Amino acid sequence: MTFQLETASNPKGLRRIAIEPVSRVEGHGKVTLLLDDAGDVQQVRLHIVEFRGFEKFIQGRPYWEVPVMVQRLCGICPVSHHLAASKAMDRIVGALPLSRSAEKLRRLMHYGQMLQSHALHFFHLSSPDLLFGFGSDVAKRNIVGVAQAYPEIAVQGVKLRKFGQEAIRVTSGKRVHGTGSIPGGINKHLTVDERDTLKKDADQMVTWSQGAVDLIHKLALDGGEEFREFGHFESKMMSLVRPEDGALDFYGGVLRGRNADGSILFDGVSDQKYHDLIREEVKSWSYMKFPYLISEGKEDGWYKVGPLARVQNCDFIPSPLAEAERKTFIAARGGGVWHSPLAYHWARMIEMLHSAEVIRDLLDDPDLMEGELTRHGVRASEGVGIIEAPRGTLIHHYQVGHDDLVTMCNLIVSTTHNNQPMNEAVRRVARRYLNGRTITEGLLNHIEVAIRCFDPCLSCATHALGKMPLIVELIDADGTLVDKMVKND
Amino acid sequence: MSQSFTPIGQEMPGLDQWDVRHMSQSFTLDGAEVPFTPGQSILEAARNAGIYIPHLCWHPDFPAHGSCKLCVVKVNGRHVSSCATPAAAGIEVKSNSPEIREERKVLLQMLFVEGNHFCPSCEKSGGCELQAQAYDHEIMTPHYTLFYPDRPVDASHPDLLLDFNRCIFCELCVRASRDVDGKSVFALSERGIHKHLVVSSESGRLADTDIDPSDKAANICPVGVILHKRQGFTVPYGQRAYDETPISEQGLPNKETV
Repeated sequence: MTFQLETASNPKGLRRIAIEPVSRVEGHGKVTLLLDDAGDVQQVRLHIVEFRGFEKFIQGRPYWEVPVMVQRLCGICPVSHHLAASKAMDRIVGALPLSRSAEKLRRLMHYGQMLQSHALHFFHLSSPDLLFGFGSDVAKRNIVGVAQAYPEIAVQGVKLRKFGQEAIRVTSGKRVHGTGSIPGGINKHLTVDERDTLKKDADQMVTWSQGAVDLIHKLALDGGEEFREFGHFESKMMSLVRPEDGALDFYGGVLRGRNADGSILFDGVSDQKYHDLIREEVKSWSYMKFPYLISEGKEDGWYKVGPLARVQNCDFIPSPLAEAERKTFIAARGGGVWHSPLAYHWARMIEMLHSAEVIRDLLDDPDLMEGELTRHGVRASEGVGIIEAPRGTLIHHYQVGHDDLVTMCNLIVSTTHNNQPMNEAVRRVARRYLNGRTITEGLLNHIEVAIRCFDPCLSCATHALGKMPLIVELIDADGTLVDKMVKND
Repeated sequence: MSQSFTPIGQEMPGLDQWDVRHMSQSFTLDGAEVPFTPGQSILEAARNAGIYIPHLCWHPDFPAHGSCKLCVVKVNGRHVSSCATPAAAGIEVKSNSPEIREERKVLLQMLFVEGNHFCPSCEKSGGCELQAQAYDHEIMTPHYTLFYPDRPVDASHPDLLLDFNRCIFCELCVRASRDVDGKSVFALSERGIHKHLVVSSESGRLADTDIDPSDKAANICPVGVILHKRQGFTVPYGQRAYDETPISEQGLPNKETV
């Protein structure tokens, strides 16, 4: 499939601009722009230049090692991979359903992760753009600038993240890359002390999360048309929903897809059947694959995932404060469907509020501190585990031989689903803001702002905050360097 | 054989009254007086006196092997394996000196680069003697160029997995299988850089041997080579062998966990 601005009809003679690396995102990516003599954009591509190879080298490893090994894909939401792999391996060991304690402890771990990841993204990575403006002084447009101008907000961001990390630590053993979840269950209960430590701060986290929703709500209203129209494109969307009632559920459920107008495209698809639904396309210029819905074809089958898809895909959010905010959010679109990339931030904060409410309520549950931890049943040779990770639907699929070694592994990570949507948003922004103008750092940041809406984890591995230099090179058609700009080195 | 001692006294907390009465000979270890009974190695005498000398291939249930060289000490100016050198009256032994510690560190780093030791996803992590020694010796990087040897795993046995990537050639499994289990399931093959652990069956597969999960050989590996299947990561952080106390404390006689 080829989209508008994806490939210039005659690239010869066009000026090339590269934004490399894209800053304030997780991982390493670059954007290239091709401009004609009039300064009009002819081609825009978001390239993912890291190659990880996990699907290959997981082959031949024992299945019980997989949940621990695959989480090394990422240092930001490793719990997603830890749990998606565990869910797939639950099927291998026949642990269906899990014990009550195991599922609740895993949920606590996962919602802790949603909270910490959403807090990190909003406060540390995106709030500088939202609070100071996309084209504001680059020296101030970072978390240090936020800490100086809005110290309370910066501190809340740090503490919300810390709380989420603590929920992960007490369930998995470590704040990053723990080992709690194992095939068939989990390896420890919560101690009373661990429970009480979290419980002490749980109400405060709900209050601060509510404050974050209020903040983005206000910024959205203040932003007016620019908030709604920035990088706007329409697409289908997909997420898991709770099977029995269509509620928002990050830990598991059935796949549901909606058309751009909000009508149901498919519903109730078992996670085990994802491969009947989705296929992946490879393009020569990016290491990231392009998934699409088989029924819709390569041209029309792309879709978005993540907070904006989830909050609009579900029938309701099963916690009162977040559900009230969801209704406000939907009402703000006047009955229509939100497709604005910036609305991701709003939906993300509603999800953070929901996570804080879920954690607070879970902590009253005695099953966290006692009860059966693991189960085993009839052995299977294949398993799929799907989870709603902070950035969207995460799919892990394995086949395991009789000798317990993995023979096949397929991973579709959240950011991969959003590959086409991010490219689309970047192209809209490039055409709107860059055409015919002198390129400045402020204008180029608009492109990064569009990418950041999706909170991409480009490598699922690296995390460099404020230390990565942004290098923009202007190269003429012969490949000669005409101009170079470096910031923040 | 391992013994149990009741600690008394200030200087030699590992000794009891019987030891003190029957040990008339002694040597010095890092300046401290260490009594011994004739026939004891330097390592054993030091252990009994509550002083830990790092080791990997030595095990209280087996005779000295002298292959890992981690227990190297300096005796009257010479570098020797303390597990294989008899204690002698009046000798001066240096163990915890910068020179010897550095030598041990280099030995450990070479073990790390020779195999494929990926601690982050290894189920033996936290209970691995090689990793515990590395922590004790403050090893932050492998330092040398990694070999990345190709060592396929053997998952043929229904209950045991062999991950040769982590083998340090201590031969504890070889000795346990031969001397305790009476089966000789394992052996080392070839020499020098080509040395590797093999399974003594015609097919070379563990499934075609008579090893049993309860055999000594199946439960003695100090690293993550011989593993019981489907058990990985069931012990949470904080409860693994070396989470709370370092191997230098746990390796003493009344705390032996091996």
